[in-house]
Amino acid sequence: MCFELLGGKLLAPYFGSSVYVWGSIITVFMLALSIGYLTGGKLSLFNPNLTKYGFIFIASAMSIIPTIYFSEAIMDWVFELVEDPRYGSLLASICLFLVPTVIMGMIAPYSVRILTESKHSSGQTAGFLYFVSTLGSAIGTIVTSFYFVLWMEINQILWLTVSVMFIAGLIALVINFNKSLPSKES
Amino acid sequence: MKYLVAFPILIFISCNLSAKTIHKERSIYRNIVITEKNELRCMRFESRQRSISNQACIDLKNKDRLVFEYTQSIMAGLAIKPSPERILIIGLGGGSLPKAFSKILPDTEIVSVEIDPAVAKLAKKYFDYVENDKIKTSIKDGRVYIKRAIKQKQKFDWIILDAFNGDYIPEHLLTKEFLEETKTLLAPNGLLSANTFSGSKLYDYESVTYQSVFDHLKVLRSPTKGNRIIFACKCDEFPEKFVLDELTRNKLLLLGIDLSALIRRLSNEVDWDTSVSPLTDQFSPANLLNR
Repeated sequence: MCFELLGGKLLAPYFGSSVYVWGSIITVFMLALSIGYLTGGKLSLFNPNLTKYGFIFIASAMSIIPTIYFSEAIMDWVFELVEDPRYGSLLASICLFLVPTVIMGMIAPYSVRILTESKHSSGQTAGFLYFVSTLGSAIGTIVTSFYFVLWMEINQILWLTVSVMFIAGLIALVINFNKSLPSKES
Repeated sequence: MKYLVAFPILIFISCNLSAKTIHKERSIYRNIVITEKNELRCMRFESRQRSISNQACIDLKNKDRLVFEYTQSIMAGLAIKPSPERILIIGLGGGSLPKAFSKILPDTEIVSVEIDPAVAKLAKKYFDYVENDKIKTSIKDGRVYIKRAIKQKQKFDWIILDAFNGDYIPEHLLTKEFLEETKTLLAPNGLLSANTFSGSKLYDYESVTYQSVFDHLKVLRSPTKGNRIIFACKCDEFPEKFVLDELTRNKLLLLGIDLSALIRRLSNEVDWDTSVSPLTDQFSPANLLNR
């Protein structure tokens, strides 16, 4: 959600703040998440482990970095290419937000697989994950729109997002490393 | 309410409390209401706030009169830029500015950019706004219009920013990068005018942002209320003495505006905190600063 809100601020200088700009952003985020959920679910079928899980976090962190460096060049290019600001903002949203959001979408179903211990508790696990991710979205939305934009530049907030996801990925890797040590000995 | 429209609101708040609603229109951005009271017809955006913000008013007894003081103040620009060939207005409202300009400068091309198609429709229906080969309207976001116009190598002699009257400030129209774009679109010796926010922290930030792009600023403060018009020129120096075209002056008098009196109030005084940083596309919390 933090990323989505900043998306609106990134696009405004080129495509304005008309309703269709927000329409484009929300469409692309929803589309990306749906693709992410599907691929994340598929991926969880093949030898799921915390290492891969950590790498999904790290990959999504990395995928935001091009947005920081190339957003202006990409939007310049789209602005030249597409006259209609509706399709311009849609194309720009796809270029800037699709890949990172697909990868972020993969986290949710993969988390279900990692955390589920039995068929019996799977509903509870999924419920808990929905709780965590939606609450996280709510918190991300409010701190970004109320405070972050007042304290930092957009790119600095994006770097913060990158760092948080990167650290989360590292934590998953470290936990996995600690776990796997004793299992190798036994 | 700290909006720059606070001044006209205060004047009309009493008579508008019992104003009769003659039309209501739901646009994709907001609900627009047309009211009428004492021969004064106004367009207002419906809001939950107690204060009423009129976007435009027309005096039905004297339709050419510029009802809002800030629109009268903008006419001081005619002393700085006496015969502009092309004028760009960001934010149409009821169309009172383009109407006044077409009366004073019949040969000037006047382009108004309005984001909300419903506002343009109501301006024509209720506020006598008429389009022709000199008066044009473009339904677009102001910044998108300016970016496209630069690409098409257009030039304007005078750009007026009047898009800040709603409840929500379009933050992308208040940044250094945006002002640089308007400067690019200005012809040499072109003029930029904007009604600016006052009475909040945004005053300092906005002023500094203008300063960071334009070397020369003049301000015109309302004698009674807090609002202020900024004039910025793409020039080496503002003219020492303003040339007052007799014909223009007389035409303005017919609209109830004394150009000489306006010019006397133009000042160079810097009364804002210059230590704040300018607003940029990366840092533009205008709505949060305007509390």
